[in-house]
Amino acid sequence: MTVQMTRTGPASVTFTRIFAAPPARVWAAHMDPALLRQWLAGGGDMIMPVCENDARPGGQLRYEWHNPATGHGFHVTGTFELIDPPHRAVHTEIMHLSDPMPELRVDSRFQAHGSGTRLTMTMTAADAAALEQVIAAGLTETDHMDAGYDRLETALSAPA
Amino acid sequence: MPLDTTFAALADPTRLAILNRLALGEATVNELAAPFAISQPAISRHIKVLEDAGLILRRTHGTHRPCRLAPQALDPMQAWLRQMRDAMEQNYQRLDALLAETDPAKDPS
Repeated sequence: MTVQMTRTGPASVTFTRIFAAPPARVWAAHMDPALLRQWLAGGGDMIMPVCENDARPGGQLRYEWHNPATGHGFHVTGTFELIDPPHRAVHTEIMHLSDPMPELRVDSRFQAHGSGTRLTMTMTAADAAALEQVIAAGLTETDHMDAGYDRLETALSAPA
Repeated sequence: MPLDTTFAALADPTRLAILNRLALGEATVNELAAPFAISQPAISRHIKVLEDAGLILRRTHGTHRPCRLAPQALDPMQAWLRQMRDAMEQNYQRLDALLAETDPAKDPS
């Protein structure tokens, strides 16, 4: 069930994950801002003051994360290119850290997998150097890794 | 070697091209400089950055100091990608919980 990650090209990374719900519901969780916020906001110290997701061709997305304790944060802006519910969405996105990162094109496919859904998400940069820049900046500038581990600890300490 | 040093070394198209060339085998500075329309001193500076980041090794062979890819040079990047994957997985586990709690089959209301 855990997410699989494959370097599918010099400038692309593909993530694959199975969910125990049909494509229509996994799609909704990725497109409805109220649902998105529930799983993207995460636990730990990061909050998500803005979660906008206008899922139609040409529509804009804007996700903002903020850590009130440290004052640090970052945001992602993007534009939808293709919306084919509940099968496929393509959007471009830019992560804004100290500086805007190179643009990524994100192709998300939601395929029926038994009674569940297989999500295949490919992120492609303009070239290998651009992808490395995004990765490197993510390493040095965001604290969402810490937030991820905070969430892990919370999950581990929660009653089964 | 700190990861940010490694990534800073990688975040340059010329240095990535040098690493791609070295993935094919050892090469001298002249051989590495050949495909590029930049000066040999500029190439040497890129090589120094890669060497300082622990990504390449150099040996002395007569008057030349050929370069080769350091073993496990790119392991830090793989490690970071694994961390990114783990962070995504935590998000997805929250999504699993969300999908379960709103499952119409389990909650007919």
